Amino acid sequence: MLRRSSRSPHRFLAALGVASAAALVLAGCGGTTGDEGADDATSKPGASDVPSVFGAFATPLEEPWDGAIHAALESAEEDGLIAYDHTDNLHTADEMERALRDIATNQKPDIIIGDAFAAEDAVRAVATEFPDIAFAFGSGGEEQAPNFSVFDNWMQDPAYLAGMLAGGLTESGTIGVVGAMPIPEVNRIVNGFIAGVEETNPSATVTVSFINSFFDPATAKQAAEAAIAGGADVLFAERDGVIAAAQENNLPVFGMMVDQQDQAPEHVVSSLLWNMRPTVDAIVEAVVAGTFEASNLAEYSFMVNDGSSLAPINTGTAFEIPADLIEKVEAKQAEIRDGSFETPVDEEAPAGSTTIGE
Amino acid sequence: MNFPLFAILAATLTIATPLVWAALGAVINERAGVLNLGIEGTMYAGAFCGFLATAMSGSLWFGVAAALVSGLLAGALMALLTVTLGVNQHVAGIGTTLLLVAVCNFTNRLLFSDGSQTTTEKFDRLLPGGGLLSQYPMTYVAFLILAPALWWVLRSSGFGLRLRAVGENPEAADAAGIPVAKTRYAALILGGALMALGGSFLTLSLLGSFTIDIVSGRGWICIALVIFGRWQVWPVVGGALLFAVADALQLQLAITPLFSDVPNEVLIAFPYLVVILALAIWGRGVRYPGAYLKPYRRA
Repeated sequence: MLRRSSRSPHRFLAALGVASAAALVLAGCGGTTGDEGADDATSKPGASDVPSVFGAFATPLEEPWDGAIHAALESAEEDGLIAYDHTDNLHTADEMERALRDIATNQKPDIIIGDAFAAEDAVRAVATEFPDIAFAFGSGGEEQAPNFSVFDNWMQDPAYLAGMLAGGLTESGTIGVVGAMPIPEVNRIVNGFIAGVEETNPSATVTVSFINSFFDPATAKQAAEAAIAGGADVLFAERDGVIAAAQENNLPVFGMMVDQQDQAPEHVVSSLLWNMRPTVDAIVEAVVAGTFEASNLAEYSFMVNDGSSLAPINTGTAFEIPADLIEKVEAKQAEIRDGSFETPVDEEAPAGSTTIGE
Repeated sequence: MNFPLFAILAATLTIATPLVWAALGAVINERAGVLNLGIEGTMYAGAFCGFLATAMSGSLWFGVAAALVSGLLAGALMALLTVTLGVNQHVAGIGTTLLLVAVCNFTNRLLFSDGSQTTTEKFDRLLPGGGLLSQYPMTYVAFLILAPALWWVLRSSGFGLRLRAVGENPEAADAAGIPVAKTRYAALILGGALMALGGSFLTLSLLGSFTIDIVSGRGWICIALVIFGRWQVWPVVGGALLFAVADALQLQLAITPLFSDVPNEVLIAFPYLVVILALAIWGRGVRYPGAYLKPYRRA
């Protein structure tokens, strides 16, 4: 027994070292592929002619919210507008702050774009320290002079149009929404959707489930099954997992962030799309012109500025989408685009079950 | 709105399925004296490898096989660390989980992160329209084959007796000629396979796709369920069902008008509160396996 206890600390430390080193190396690989992007950007001829943009994301890029920003920045790089580099999975405030300070000191980009929801104070503090760099961050707060602009996924317009379609498609009069958590970014989309339902179906009931996670598709699917058991026959998948439930139960469903039609070609009616390109273009233009100042870039995510849209309505669904319903939605879309209709923005948490008109 | 009782019970069986597979894997590990905190990572590896192999080959059975192999390897890694090297089991387990999750996320990014989601074939529910009985094949296997078989193996088979012996008193087992290290290796490899198959239920049965963080702490819930069930097969299955029925119930209550005003956070916490309460009531004075957490070395 004595011999064992005298030996175990060495074994313990050795294995601790091996296991944690391996885990760290691999975690590092998983979290950051920014290095590859760096090589790309610097080897490109004429990279110095265009502003350099660094993306700093709190979640892995697989999270659709940051994925949409990343996609827009990549497309801007392809168009030759920017040199782009990025890092992700900066999931604590101190990690984000350290990374930002490192980027600002060593890479000296012209613009840093990212999301600040989990680290508002840290991000704003770094922005104050580096006034020559333009900061544009997804944020629930206000802009901060002189160099910190904010944007967000203002997708109430396509949500309203999807709601109109859902209200017209339901036969049971009940529609199920499954969302991440009742935060303003999600609430205004869900409330926009409910307002749209009201327009085409003034007596419908909309149930809203929150799964309290950004990534838990298995629970999201169970929440969708619960909505179906509660009578829902049309679903809105604010989160992944819901489309699988719609497909199994042969029900119409609306996707989110990217066009998800290929996931269930006979069941996804349409998807709400967020296009960050107008926001990115506005930032880059201002920086190139030397006129960048802190502002709220929300309007660039509105449908009127092509910042959000409804994916083309699926024509190959297993059920029929009435032509007059599509006409109504297209007419409303035209009104939103020409500015004659403005979707109301409501950031209050929706109730678990809302019966319109009660 | 009438209250869909049968739908809640059907959802209970579905929610409990991955927990039953993985928690029974943990029972095998712990009865042999090894706490396997690699469970979360092993489930994750099973979910990802099953999805990966199905996406590459187009065959679900290939996916199941890949999940199984990933579990065998994860179990073998835990055995190498805890049995051969005799390191602290908490550290080895957490390290294994971090390693497996990171490897899967890394591979997922290299292969699948192009902005769209890759979907694969998935298992269909048996007996569609059969209400409570309309479940995925793995749910049937879990309750009708796995649990009874494991109960019998642990209680009556030679392997089960040797496994319990090395978990209770490895010195005595060794003296009786039972190979302690080999038995523990077998327990960890078999348990790892069950955990990985439990993880693969999420991708190959429920969703037909992989999303990062897909296991979302189900492995840690299983660790609690094993203690709740006092390392015995049927109580552990019962614990999984208790958690699952609470989860299914809260998902339904959240959208029922009567409960619409209850704060969302309270309902989401409900299944966890049930498990904590159950642990507080029945989890006191538990008797851990005699050699729990102890590496075995011949004196």
